[in-house]
Amino acid sequence: MGDRYEPIIVVFACNWCSYAAIDLAGTSRLHYPPNVRVIKVMCSGRVDPQFVLEAFADGADGVIVAGCHPPADCHYQNGNIKALRRFTLFKRILARLGIEKERFRLEWISASEAKKWVEVVNEMVNELRKLGPLKNRVEVRRLVEA
Amino acid sequence: MSKPKVAWYWCASCGGCEESFVDLAEKLLDVFGAVDIVFCPVAMDYKKEDVENMPDKSITVSFINGGVRLEEHLEMVKLLRRKSDIVVAYGACSSWGGIPGLANLYNVKEIIDRKYKEVPTVVNLNNITPREETEVDIDGYRVKLSLPRVLDRLYPLDQVIDVDYYIPGCPPTSEVFWNALNILLSGELPPKGSILGAGSKSLCDTCPLNETKPDKLELTELKRIANTIPKLDECLLAQGYICLGPVTRGGCGALCINANMPCTGCFGPLDGIIDYGGKAASYIASIISYDELEELEKVYDSIPDWVGILYKYYLAASKLGGRIRRKKEVVKDG
Repeated sequence: MGDRYEPIIVVFACNWCSYAAIDLAGTSRLHYPPNVRVIKVMCSGRVDPQFVLEAFADGADGVIVAGCHPPADCHYQNGNIKALRRFTLFKRILARLGIEKERFRLEWISASEAKKWVEVVNEMVNELRKLGPLKNRVEVRRLVEA
Repeated sequence: MSKPKVAWYWCASCGGCEESFVDLAEKLLDVFGAVDIVFCPVAMDYKKEDVENMPDKSITVSFINGGVRLEEHLEMVKLLRRKSDIVVAYGACSSWGGIPGLANLYNVKEIIDRKYKEVPTVVNLNNITPREETEVDIDGYRVKLSLPRVLDRLYPLDQVIDVDYYIPGCPPTSEVFWNALNILLSGELPPKGSILGAGSKSLCDTCPLNETKPDKLELTELKRIANTIPKLDECLLAQGYICLGPVTRGGCGALCINANMPCTGCFGPLDGIIDYGGKAASYIASIISYDELEELEKVYDSIPDWVGILYKYYLAASKLGGRIRRKKEVVKDG
């Protein structure tokens, strides 16, 4: 049991919808795997692709960016649309850089969708377990000085 | 007091950086008046032993261009680090990997196979590829010849040795080099890690077409210079070309823009950017005016090589450093 691989998933959740849903999952006593590390941001439109790259470089096995449903749920009108535009392009870049598509998800989770949150996490954890750890080149990046 | 000693070394580079030095033209005489060049393989016949025989820290400044791709480069840059007071990463390749850094999308075997076997213009009937050691007969003697080992990937200079300063550009313009040299010779050295010779403003900020840039950019299509010709005198972004001016450091004199070409980012990231390609993707995507997935995908489909465009000079220094490979991965690129 102890040596089973446990993936680490970094979650960027928007304050108004997705983070509220995660809270709701907690207060509703829904169970989901403890593999997630949730970071609250004000809006999914605030999440820069650089953050996702940094998460992968620092050892995350998967990343979720979660925001309000498009087109019109965003607290700031169109932050989620910005996220959609960005991460649609960014997924192509990740694929080219050898990051499997299962490792990155852009999800729309409204404040009432605690169940959806639990489903997303369960599904992703299962997928990542199958994939195994992201053996990151960044660890070996700096050649040791002689 | 004797003149400061300068060394000039090249790793995996094209020679363009040396060109920017030569482009100083008459000012070269001033350079030769002010410094002694003690090591410069492109122009002077000194060997590794000559550098080894110099006392440690006896070279005032070493300018090193090109990325570190061979074991030979690794040895030489470590040697130069030991012998030099200041090491400057000169040019985009040395600073962030540059165009040769895009080879980090492939492994060594793929690169060699492509170059020596697969390229349509190559005929290699005996499948001869470079080897680290080979024996040949020369005038009746059996001679062993060796080549330096190719490293697993291309490393920007600061991933293998301590680097004091950076001079950006592909290549740096002779003006940028001149500015940087003057800063170094002035004796008032900026903090370690500074970018020398270029400003801190974006290229967009200094672009001659800046006035024609609309307040709000909304693009419905992306164009490529491969199959269309940009209009003169209008912001290239507004026309739909991927111009990386907004996220790229200025100081180049907008050479490409003046030649009607969009910025490809050779002066590297602005201060505060942690991954150039990620930031560039973020920027370009946010000005596409569609809100529906299908339409967005269609626009993105029109550009065949996003990594090649957004990470043109930066891939080796990026957060992931290139393509991540895992065991059993089938070598096939999407």
